[in-house]
Amino acid sequence: MLDVLTVVTGVAALLLGAWCGWAAYRDQPTKDWHFIGMAVVTLLALVQLVVGIVQLARGEDPAQGTTIFVAYLLGAFACVPAAGFLSLGERTRWGSVTVAASGVVLAVLEVRLYDIWGG
Amino acid sequence: MATAREKPDRTRLIGGPGLLLVWLYGVMVVGAVSRSAYQIATEFDRAPLAYTLSALAGVVYGFITYTLVRGGETARRAALVCCAAELVGVLTVGTWTLVDPSAFPDATVWSDYGMGYLFIPVLLPLTAVYWLRRARPRPSAA
Repeated sequence: MLDVLTVVTGVAALLLGAWCGWAAYRDQPTKDWHFIGMAVVTLLALVQLVVGIVQLARGEDPAQGTTIFVAYLLGAFACVPAAGFLSLGERTRWGSVTVAASGVVLAVLEVRLYDIWGG
Repeated sequence: MATAREKPDRTRLIGGPGLLLVWLYGVMVVGAVSRSAYQIATEFDRAPLAYTLSALAGVVYGFITYTLVRGGETARRAALVCCAAELVGVLTVGTWTLVDPSAFPDATVWSDYGMGYLFIPVLLPLTAVYWLRRARPRPSAA
């Protein structure tokens, strides 16, 4: 369950990154549709956070330690919204670039989460 | 309210590409600080040098992020100095980890020039120095 979520969130993050990268390439700021995309990715990360904590509560152990696992879950959840808020104040292509970067970073975090959970 | 208002002539450093820089520096702050805090708290004896260097990197990143957000000429110069120090740090530690791996039983943020962080640690100061030099106030302009 968690592994599937990790893969789905990672792919969604990459898609968001590509989408906002495309907007930046066309010299556009982030628009409403992009924010809906960010919301979807953030929601996935939130579900992942909840599922991860439920798994921990059930007594399952991440291969590389609980603290690191929770820290990465929180980081993954905060990653895209932080960039989204920044892009609200920067109505140029650079807001889009920042959100695109956040998508790539989130994808990397998901790869790490996969390792941390499964070893 | 008046005291909280920024001086209008303070150079804004987080417009345009600066925004991306601030975000990436923020990511590095979270990465370096949380990582070193965890490692120092749980397994400091395993690789004291590596974990101390990671903590130092986190502090430097934190200061640069603060100066970028604050803006202004003094902050710009301070950030420039820190970015240069950061570049020296990542190059030194990167070379050190390659030449003498036995000194580092565990990785630091700056190991192998920041390979574990997609080389962001070595690319970031270069980009930041370029950006900060461009943001230098020009007396002839404006």
